[in-house]
Amino acid sequence: MLRQVEGSKAVADTVAACRPQVICAYPISPQTHIVEGLSQLVKNGSLDGCEFINVESEFAAMSVAIGASATGARTYTATASQGLLYMVEAVYNASGLGLPIVMTVANRAIGAPINIWNDHSDSMSQRDSGWIQLYAETNQEAADLHVQAFKIAEDLSLPVMVCMDGFILTHAYERVDVPERSQVDKFLPPFVPRQVLDPNNPVSIGAMVGPEAFTEVKYMAHMKNQLALEVIPKVARDFQKAFGRSSGGLVRGYKLDGADTVVIALGSILGTIKDVVDEMVAADIAIGVIGIIAFRPFPTDVVRTALSHAKRVIVLEKAFQVGIGGIVIENVRASLRGSSTKDYTVIAGLGGRPITKDSLRQYLNRACVDGVEDLTFLDLDQELADSEILREVW
Amino acid sequence: MSAAPIKFYQVGSFAIGNRLLSPEDRSIQSDPERTNALTSGHRACQGCGEALGARYALDAAMRATDDKIIAVNATGCLEVFSTPYPESSWRIAWLHSLFGNAPAVATGVAAALKAQGKSDIRVIGQGGDGATVDIGFGALSGMFERNDDVLYICYDNEAYMNTGVQRSGATPPAARTATTQAVGENPGNVFGQGKNLPRIAMAHEIPYVATATVADLRDLEAKVIKAMSFRGARYIHVLVPCPLGWGSESCDTIKIARLATQSGLFPVFEAESGEVTSSTPIRHRVKVEEYLKLQIRYSHLFSPNRRDDVIDLLQATADKNISRYNLIPDESGSI
Repeated sequence: MLRQVEGSKAVADTVAACRPQVICAYPISPQTHIVEGLSQLVKNGSLDGCEFINVESEFAAMSVAIGASATGARTYTATASQGLLYMVEAVYNASGLGLPIVMTVANRAIGAPINIWNDHSDSMSQRDSGWIQLYAETNQEAADLHVQAFKIAEDLSLPVMVCMDGFILTHAYERVDVPERSQVDKFLPPFVPRQVLDPNNPVSIGAMVGPEAFTEVKYMAHMKNQLALEVIPKVARDFQKAFGRSSGGLVRGYKLDGADTVVIALGSILGTIKDVVDEMVAADIAIGVIGIIAFRPFPTDVVRTALSHAKRVIVLEKAFQVGIGGIVIENVRASLRGSSTKDYTVIAGLGGRPITKDSLRQYLNRACVDGVEDLTFLDLDQELADSEILREVW
Repeated sequence: MSAAPIKFYQVGSFAIGNRLLSPEDRSIQSDPERTNALTSGHRACQGCGEALGARYALDAAMRATDDKIIAVNATGCLEVFSTPYPESSWRIAWLHSLFGNAPAVATGVAAALKAQGKSDIRVIGQGGDGATVDIGFGALSGMFERNDDVLYICYDNEAYMNTGVQRSGATPPAARTATTQAVGENPGNVFGQGKNLPRIAMAHEIPYVATATVADLRDLEAKVIKAMSFRGARYIHVLVPCPLGWGSESCDTIKIARLATQSGLFPVFEAESGEVTSSTPIRHRVKVEEYLKLQIRYSHLFSPNRRDDVIDLLQATADKNISRYNLIPDESGSI
């Protein structure tokens, strides 16, 4: 139903429409409104037969999810930032055990210094965790991706992280066609677990694996994760048929025809980037955009094809690897292997710093004539940073 | 099975003697049709108290639930020796996730069963003392506080045995571990530290808390069966001697566990909703020294110099337990 609704509420209602059987919740900004919404739906009887567990930590949240999923329940939780890091051991465990848990990450920076605002440092830190990672551009897509996430997770028996920008999306009120339960029921069949804890057919789950088989187990996990490169687009196509709108998939191109310069980004910043690109295209600059929706598994081949005519690639990232530089760029470079395409990284929006059209326009105009460094921190107060570094070192 | 102790005056022991009992009073392990929740072939050390305790506890739980149990196991010896892939000694539905999250995973299993309407299937969480009193303590307290329908069993061997005998929050004072070495002026683990988890469990006012040892396995069986008659969070703390970590003879596991109770160092009791409801009286009181001297982890108390000062402190701990839990009902408590 088309509604003017907060992003978190849209996600809560969508998750509810997916008929989860166990939801575990621990508060952390900016994720809290999602589980608050679900708490209300369970309490008022709208989610009959669903257990809502208020746990004592994010580590417990993911652990409860592991137990519930292994017992055959459709399981959901949500977190952000420090909370995601606090549950990391269990995050890896969930994927290692092949449990199709769906978790929203309301993207937020990681401290110190403590910062509650948006960037992608949290979910990017989990890119090697074995989870599928999907990034929403809009609240409509955030809602839709949750429906798709349960389908993808349960088809592959792998956990899926749906990443949506904290505050920018979670707290934004806008028009969302919130999926209805009757629609979702036709799209998402009841959960049939691959393996389940059952006294009538007892299995041991979580055995210790030694050197003789560990490599094989990890290889299989990789290959299974790669299967998602087929499943994610298929689920997106099926979703379009069922719901009549395009959401999800691996990547989304914008004005790529004849684009010499291609900007790559993830999440809600794509809207601002497209606005700037529209203006630049109107000024006869050959520039286009690729939005990456599925960051794990990384759609290397799809990105390679999309970049086959590009002369330069600019990757805008809301996180980075201290000591090296960009994260997404490293993945994109795998798609550029053997090509002469130049690449630039711009780190922007850290800890919630607004990424303005003006700053973006200036940067992109310079980048389009190769007038930028390989690595740029957008809107950095260089003078302040340099003086502080000097003061600390000497 | 009756929870009342059955006395065999001819041997002066609670042990064996099943053939003298009516079938319903016999130990579950004496039944040729027993379920073997943890079956043979696993890789526990000879004389492992934990393997013994786990088998008795889980088979009792199966008896009490018509075999409908799911167990969640913390990382530790019990997990490692029972499931080296591709082998498994478990004949029950069994899940191992991590070291510090077994109570929370068990909560998740219970929640899923409730959501699925399968309330006849019961959930058991289990782990060693490291998993229970230390790294999984937050998760355990959360499970207690929410009164989730889980029986959690701690097999307490008083140190991190799987990683090579390091101190845990359950390591007793003066005990030598790899991280509380028997060197210096005050050798072994320090006094005045550590957690009394049964008391902490009671403070959550959960329906049922009990302690037990592998010296009285019929008592352990009875307590597990009793625990399964409650809904909500339940906790059983089982003392399981570890020949490797304690430096004791494999054949002395039961004897040492019995001396722990008969000295008063390990009080055996039950509590409901935060109040002690019963304690098992000491039958033949011994000095703590009888318990200590069988274990190399305490050998520094006897050689090269006898440390009466430390032994007296440990005796005082035992004496306090005897009076606190009324372990010698007819006496003031002195030896």
